[in-house]
Amino acid sequence: MATMTREETEALIQEVLEVYPEGARAERAKHLTANDQDVDKSSKCVTSNRKSLPGTMTIRGCAYAGSKGVVWGPIKDMIHISHGPVGCGQYSRAGRRNYYVGTTGVNTFGTMNFTSDFQEKDIVFGGDKKLTKLIEEVETLFPLNKGISVQSECPIGLIGDDIEAVSKKAAATLNKPVVPVRCEGFRGVSQSLGHHIANDAIRDHMLDKNTREGSPYDVAIIGDYNIGGDAWATRTILEEMGLNVVAQWSGDGTVEEMQNTPSVKLNLLHCYRSMNYISRHMEEKFGIPWMEYNFFGPTKIEESIRKIAAHFDETVQANAEKVIDKYKPLMQAIIDKYKPRLEGKKVMLYVGGLRPRHVIGAYEDLGMEVVGTGYEFGHNDDYDRTIKEMGNATLIYDDVTGYEFEEFVKKVKPDMIGSGIKEKYIFQKMGIPFRQMHSWDYSGPYHGYDGFAIFARDMDMTLNNPCWGKLKAPWKPSEESDAESAAA
Amino acid sequence: MALRQCAIYGKGGIGKSTTTQNLVAALAEAGKKVMIVGCDPKADSTRLILHSKAQTTVMHLAAEAGSVEDLELEDVLSVGYGDVKCVESGGPEPGVGCAGRGVITAINFLEEEGAYDEDLDFVFYDVLGDVVCGGFAMPIRENKAQEIYIVVSGEMMAMFAANNIAKGIVKYASSGGVRLAGLICNSRNTAREDELIEELARQLGTQMIHFVPRDNEVQRAEIRRMTVIEYNSKAKQADEYRALAQKVVDNKLFVVPTPLTMDALEEVMMSFGILEEEDESIVGKTAEELAAEAATA
Repeated sequence: MATMTREETEALIQEVLEVYPEGARAERAKHLTANDQDVDKSSKCVTSNRKSLPGTMTIRGCAYAGSKGVVWGPIKDMIHISHGPVGCGQYSRAGRRNYYVGTTGVNTFGTMNFTSDFQEKDIVFGGDKKLTKLIEEVETLFPLNKGISVQSECPIGLIGDDIEAVSKKAAATLNKPVVPVRCEGFRGVSQSLGHHIANDAIRDHMLDKNTREGSPYDVAIIGDYNIGGDAWATRTILEEMGLNVVAQWSGDGTVEEMQNTPSVKLNLLHCYRSMNYISRHMEEKFGIPWMEYNFFGPTKIEESIRKIAAHFDETVQANAEKVIDKYKPLMQAIIDKYKPRLEGKKVMLYVGGLRPRHVIGAYEDLGMEVVGTGYEFGHNDDYDRTIKEMGNATLIYDDVTGYEFEEFVKKVKPDMIGSGIKEKYIFQKMGIPFRQMHSWDYSGPYHGYDGFAIFARDMDMTLNNPCWGKLKAPWKPSEESDAESAAA
Repeated sequence: MALRQCAIYGKGGIGKSTTTQNLVAALAEAGKKVMIVGCDPKADSTRLILHSKAQTTVMHLAAEAGSVEDLELEDVLSVGYGDVKCVESGGPEPGVGCAGRGVITAINFLEEEGAYDEDLDFVFYDVLGDVVCGGFAMPIRENKAQEIYIVVSGEMMAMFAANNIAKGIVKYASSGGVRLAGLICNSRNTAREDELIEELARQLGTQMIHFVPRDNEVQRAEIRRMTVIEYNSKAKQADEYRALAQKVVDNKLFVVPTPLTMDALEEVMMSFGILEEEDESIVGKTAEELAAEAATA
């Protein structure tokens, strides 16, 4: 389908909203809009970070998911205790593909599940004694751990377990960070509050131990969870620029790296949504400036490299140009190879923290167009940053419901959809090529120059897969034969 | 006789446990087969029947054994005066855990283990003073207590509590068979107490099923961890509990209560002189301000 006009997009939104009862329609209407690049504040056209409506099949997660799953979980040399019944920890175990190096179970623990496995008696009598015992056992069995976090599941908030007291005592005994995190799943409207709570816990427990002398080229990567190795691909570029990456927050990250971060000169923030809080804190407390960057696709990478280099001296700036020059032909080769196969294809996205806007440039590098995008748990400041990235009159949908997304796809007819596991099979069954853009569909990295090569290959592999041509039921006439019979 | 399940509610400290156990002792004396289920982490609902300090509770036994599934019914049931069966749900010490969940777990356990299947005539649930959460409403949910007795006195806060409990009953009455069966006045010797509670009962659409006078014989029995019925069966107070027991046996008045509005309740209290007419002109004023006003007047 050709690019839609503003009137068409607005009419589509109205049409999709029609099935809702009046109250739901009024509420959902605020979350859907046709993009207008002239608007400076997104709050004028799209509402976000509100409670989802019952019955609409939201895709959102919970505060525990935001804290344990996103922010804390990837810190590899800590043990993250899912405090409460077994399910929250077990069904989220190792699901996010935060790669790390280390020997799991010895000095790293990323893919393991530690839980206090609540039973009835723990609810009734409280779980604090069990938590104390669990921490002791953890210390005996895994003595190389560098710290412990206590991730609260829902019942902890209901029964009022005093995890702060237990953690404080354990931290003093073990002489390492033991961090209580009040990320009970019922708090807030999505995983977003969990990010904030997790950031606050880091602020209160992890940043007071820096003893490192900084050097002028020190930076930290903030908000890169090393999904499929993303942070490594990012690190390569920064190091080639002559920068010294002191810490990765939090993909493949360590306690020591976090504690050393107050010594850096600049915080480089990739996922703004989940770690802007700690970046702002470090700016206020330690005077460390922070900047957002985007390492998806060569255009954005080049922009970001220059933007980062501008914070440093001429040596780094010269290096930056060298890096850009070095990779340009490699990137051009990738574009030459894949652009002819992907040019003009339309994509609809619906993802989490930064990708609904950050990957747009990478698609554009391949000659593709993003015609619809939205955030599961974004806030106004995310949409502020999205308006300029998206074409005029394209669809913007916040906390999109299962129904809305399907209807939009039926009408907009994108050539490909990028979203999560819950959407994947629905759209594949509708015959539409699909990529999981949370986990990179078990591929990656997609960040950096290394990542772009894989990104381009994956998009081609998905979109041009011959299977899509085989989905037509043999008894159904094809569109061409329809046209022929109409002409006859 | 079909099993009747009754729950006793009322303001904390009003004498629910004492009244329940004396009532149960009187029923047992009359040949009824009764079980008491204590639904209070303090576990003091069966001590007068068992002559014990506090019965070992379902939840403590469950915690020791690992889980409630590891327990047998005979582990948690104790038999006391008049073959009264006693169970305490138990729960945490104040300030930790979730006492409400303890009640839910314990009552589910009793049901699953068939504690109610035997030839019981009555089950009495003695519930913590305030219905602070869903756990303490467990005894009046579907298939549990159908009759609720509220212990009350002529004191203002006890009556407020009784009215609030009546509100809770309305909620459960609309979805199930639970009904208010009457107010038990446990006298504090306030003025015209019997008339006052009669009036409250009338407005709630129920009855004051019995007026239990204040008598030190109750305290003398309690010191010995006994009910009056057992300690001194000839005492006048024992007859009061026997009368209450007989009225409970004969009771046919089960209603969906009509709780009073705050204004109506205050009016009742004012008409009996236990609450003074509110003077709106003094609300929110400090002593200093009032003194200044008095001086200018």
